Amino acid sequence: MRYLPHTDEEIRDMLAVIRRGSLDELFCSVPDSCRYEGEMPLPPAMDEWQLTEHMEILAAAMAVDDKARVLIGAGSYHHHIPETIRAIISRGELLTAYTPYQPEMAQGTLQGIYEYQTLTSRLLGMDVANASIYDGASAMAEALLMGLRVAKKKTRVAVSAAVHPHYRQVARSYLAPTGYELVELPVGPDGRTDPALLSSLGDVAAVAIQSPNFFGVIEDLEGLASLVHDAGALLIAVFSEPLAYGLLKSPGACGADIACGEGQSFGMPRSLGGAALGMFACRNEFVRNMPGRLVGQTKDLEGKRGFVLTLSTREQHIRREKATSNICSNQGICTLIASMYMASLGASGLAELARLNHSKAEYLKSGLRVAGAKVVFSAPTFNEFVVEFPGDFRPAYQRLLERKIVAGLELGRFYAEHAGRYLFCVTETTDRKTLDAIVAEVNS
Amino acid sequence: MSAVTIPGASGIIQNEPLLWEKGGKGRRGMCVPASDVPVAELPAALCRDELDFPELSEVDVVRHYTRLSQWNFGVDSGMYPLGSCTMKYNPKINEKVAATPALAAAHPMLPDELVQGSLQVMYELQSYLAAITGLPAVTLQPAAGAHGELTGMLIFAAWHKSRDSRRTKILIPDTAHGTNPASAALCGFKPVPIRSGPEGILEVAAVEAAMDEETAGIMITNPNTLGLFETRIREIAEIVHAKGGLVYGDGANMNAVMGIIDARRCGVDVLHLNLHKTFSTPHGGGGPGAGPLCVSEELARFLPAPRAVRDGELYRLDWGGPDSVGRVHAFHGNVSVLLRAYAYIRTMGPANLKKASQLAVLNAAYIKERLKGTLPLAYDRPCMHECVFSDALLQEHKVTTLDVAKRLIDCGYHPPTIYFPLVVHGAIMIEPTETECKADIDQFIAVLEQIVGEAAENPELLRQAPLRTKVRRLDETLAARQPCLCGS
Repeated sequence: MRYLPHTDEEIRDMLAVIRRGSLDELFCSVPDSCRYEGEMPLPPAMDEWQLTEHMEILAAAMAVDDKARVLIGAGSYHHHIPETIRAIISRGELLTAYTPYQPEMAQGTLQGIYEYQTLTSRLLGMDVANASIYDGASAMAEALLMGLRVAKKKTRVAVSAAVHPHYRQVARSYLAPTGYELVELPVGPDGRTDPALLSSLGDVAAVAIQSPNFFGVIEDLEGLASLVHDAGALLIAVFSEPLAYGLLKSPGACGADIACGEGQSFGMPRSLGGAALGMFACRNEFVRNMPGRLVGQTKDLEGKRGFVLTLSTREQHIRREKATSNICSNQGICTLIASMYMASLGASGLAELARLNHSKAEYLKSGLRVAGAKVVFSAPTFNEFVVEFPGDFRPAYQRLLERKIVAGLELGRFYAEHAGRYLFCVTETTDRKTLDAIVAEVNS
Repeated sequence: MSAVTIPGASGIIQNEPLLWEKGGKGRRGMCVPASDVPVAELPAALCRDELDFPELSEVDVVRHYTRLSQWNFGVDSGMYPLGSCTMKYNPKINEKVAATPALAAAHPMLPDELVQGSLQVMYELQSYLAAITGLPAVTLQPAAGAHGELTGMLIFAAWHKSRDSRRTKILIPDTAHGTNPASAALCGFKPVPIRSGPEGILEVAAVEAAMDEETAGIMITNPNTLGLFETRIREIAEIVHAKGGLVYGDGANMNAVMGIIDARRCGVDVLHLNLHKTFSTPHGGGGPGAGPLCVSEELARFLPAPRAVRDGELYRLDWGGPDSVGRVHAFHGNVSVLLRAYAYIRTMGPANLKKASQLAVLNAAYIKERLKGTLPLAYDRPCMHECVFSDALLQEHKVTTLDVAKRLIDCGYHPPTIYFPLVVHGAIMIEPTETECKADIDQFIAVLEQIVGEAAENPELLRQAPLRTKVRRLDETLAARQPCLCGS
């Protein structure tokens, strides 16, 4: 086996040094009653070429493959990934390193994360970003717990019903055994979170609002921020499509106290939803309540600039059960991917790409409207929007699917009141021809 | 051995500024496609001021990260005997598998029938992990080991609640993994520390004395963080079960026991695996990892949903029932990591997986035997995949464990885990893994012997180390006292 370097002779020599007769004898401390009986029921070993062939068969079983046009976002977006990212990320020095516990031999990882923290802070308009959480959903759950820590005595948090349904489910899972209560804020007819309830919320520690929200609608974060602050709570701005912030006013500029969400759009493939990137940032005053790893700048013995993991007294390995979170491994290499992506586009590139996404989505939106579909929400959207078709859209969906176009996501699974309505996402990867084909199908 | 070849040598180390200290306005490192639609504007009130991002060309970006990578050390660079982290070789074919275009492009919200290839991988990986652990029901959602622990504790809480039993405490031995107390605390359990006995393992009496009907169960790392097998685990599990508790197994050290032990037979009810340890997926300088959770048949109904199931010829997602603890991930976990682990298991097969564990233990036992005259062993018992030494000898020369670690860097090695577990003073925890050959291990042993010799003859060499890296020792106090977490 090519990953196991020992020759029989070496095994014999090594066993002789430790005075064991066989490899089995190494496990003399394992009682018989704990032993595995027989061989593990696993398929036999494949060589490299058999494995490649096997993966080709699995790939062929994908009715929707990489050639298909998938007009679904909903927390996982198709954007072009520059080849530079694939090339750099395959470097073993970065890919095969552990968490940077020995900073002198991990300056690449550490400077890379420091740069990620900085670019993330600037994008979100916040003072400080951490070295990442698992994904958008766990980032929001951690933010809610952080809000409860900051508020100390309060026991309730509020989350908009327009936050990604899966993020809300994860928050409920995290909160279930804690005794904290999660209340949902309803969505108004324009697709934005209804602010009416905010003034009567009572002792809520934090309010989470996603913008653009699950329906693609851009929330009035500034307006909500003042209401949330008036209620004595923290505003958590959530996102699943960070590209929007190439154009939109940042959460920090709108008054958010914590900004968190999913970073997959920045250079990561969809890959059935992972590995992705939980981005997490906050204002300076809350940094000691923040979960997750942080990289800080410092100096070496000679005064040279360098980077280390810092403020670890918040963390599980020092604070044990009093830690701000149990997170240890995060999404390491994905932070480097995201900062490579942000740096490669630069300010103007990010704005241009965001505008292109918005323009393409608006093009489809107006095409569908002309074809008789109703755009359900009146508030402005970024690269996703919800439509209602005049008749049953399913036959058209099927015909488009035969042409390898996946025309949106039906919402009934997530919101009973929106059954039969579709959430569409258009990014720079979808050409006008495809958009025209969808409109033509609706017309026919 | 007379002449020791020390692998540590400085290549060319280039200086490189921070991203925003280079580049020039107007540069671009990535294409933005030309627009084929009319421009649509957003209301100005919603739009931001210009973003303060650097502007770089493609060459700027590639050189930047190439230089950064050269300041780093990975398993591909050399031996990385970081105890409890299982830094084994990360096979290259697995990267290609994870990047399989049709699988990498799969959208997580597509109907089951459109993503059969992805679902087949999930279903099969679940069944492989069940076969390896002996625990039949598996969720792939947890994105890291600690995330698996949290999911396990959610299941503990939900199970107790379903039986109307109110439990507020949890037993955690002093040789368990460091994340365990924080994971339990997130679910409202107060950790009760249990001291290991004089042999470095748990004693039945200690658990018996602490286990009561207010305690949800116990979290055991087995082999424990001293690299020792918890031989009394079955009796301990029986005590915990008899008092209505559950047994959590932290499977971070599974690399020692694949095909050797059956977690179910050990009495474990819930166990997480670290795919970035045992199953060879690269750790990426901190992640992404994956921490699937395996549970007994009885606890299957509490697992997060959805899970992949097989219906005749079709694979589909099963959305669980009312007892499920709910989702712990936005979608299906770190699927690209799962794909690498899947490729690894398919490449190894059952016999090689067992052999990997045997050789991992052989390597550790060999290092323990060869070095025990050079460094004091914390516990001289048969070790599993890692061995732990103390700093008792180093103290005589006023040299610390940290000094030895830093000197190892100059010699071309990633240091072992140091100062953990806490039960050993100045701990040096060495986990060689099975992918290091005898010659490389002999070389490592010779280098450590040489460093211990230097500690007596030239301790300053250790105290000043590292000297060959991009930076010398860094001031961590300064970093914490005046936090600078964001560039200006």
